[in-house]
Amino acid sequence: MLREDALKAVYPRLKSQVTVTIMGAVAVELYNLGHQPNFFYLEHGMGLASSMGLGLAVSLPKEKVTVLDGDGSVLMNLGSLSTLARYRPPNLTHWIFDNESLLSVGGFPTATGTGTDLAGIAEKAGAEHVTLADTVEAAEQAFAEASERDGLSIIVSKVEAIGPLSFAMDINLLENRFEFARHIQGLAS
Amino acid sequence: MPVSVKNSEVLFAALKSAGITLLSALPETWLVHVMEMAEDDPDMTLIRLNKEEEGVGISTGAHFAGRKSAMLMQNHGLLTSVNGIVSVAQLYRIPLLMVISYRGEMGERDPWQTEGGRITEPLLQSLGIIYRKLSDPAIVAYEVRQAQTLAESSLRPVALLLTRDLMWEE
Repeated sequence: MLREDALKAVYPRLKSQVTVTIMGAVAVELYNLGHQPNFFYLEHGMGLASSMGLGLAVSLPKEKVTVLDGDGSVLMNLGSLSTLARYRPPNLTHWIFDNESLLSVGGFPTATGTGTDLAGIAEKAGAEHVTLADTVEAAEQAFAEASERDGLSIIVSKVEAIGPLSFAMDINLLENRFEFARHIQGLAS
Repeated sequence: MPVSVKNSEVLFAALKSAGITLLSALPETWLVHVMEMAEDDPDMTLIRLNKEEEGVGISTGAHFAGRKSAMLMQNHGLLTSVNGIVSVAQLYRIPLLMVISYRGEMGERDPWQTEGGRITEPLLQSLGIIYRKLSDPAIVAYEVRQAQTLAESSLRPVALLLTRDLMWEE
């Protein structure tokens, strides 16, 4: 599956959710589908998107929060899976796209390519709802279920190590930051 | 354990009166009472971390939601959080309040704390993070309020170092 196709399939639902992506291909592909003020692209701080999602989810109990993560970032902050499972915010979906590669820095293989099983780690960390979704149909269904669920959802999708031709995004990172914060605080009040 | 309960109460009350409703923390000897107070207080959300850097992400998310939070950690937690501080909190201009137990300074008896103590202030200085050392319980509430005011107006991390004089009773 191409990550881009999965994102396209869930975009109508994602559009209305507080969404945090990691840097690189995921950010660009979501941005190219159509930027929304409730989309935040974390362009650095690898590993911390899931922690940000936790902070958002516990502070915005009435909103659905989705984190679009990757294997490289998750591997860098594996403890976060355990913290998520410990506090299990019911309004959080943590979706990990696993391309077994550090794609945006040249495609170096990650440990998921040699056997590290992120879904297994999430389950053993104590997460109750962990779904594997490796086709567009499965991804669409898993995300629909996660969006309806009153419980922490973790989705792991194997995707091809193919990204966009250009990583350029016509949005300054501080512009994105202030627009997002203003929008989110409007939802909270 | 000679960690000052009284001054832990002073600190916790100061954080609450500054409007902080979320604390992320990793247990550390000097902070145990504050963490227990946070756990027992229905108006405070305590998130226990596996590693301190997670707290940078959590506070960033909370800030975007309009919520006041603080990181509660040892100075070695500051060391482990440096990338998050630089490449999330400073890059994205997050008013990150860090409340840090200052181990390894004058009077420290644990040899393993001393290297971290030696470089804590130079590190904060090189990161350009403005900080104060808290020793006098009478001004803790004032210093917490001042630190939070500066964090929010500058949109940058600010640190408060909890000294042995404040946290420890011989």
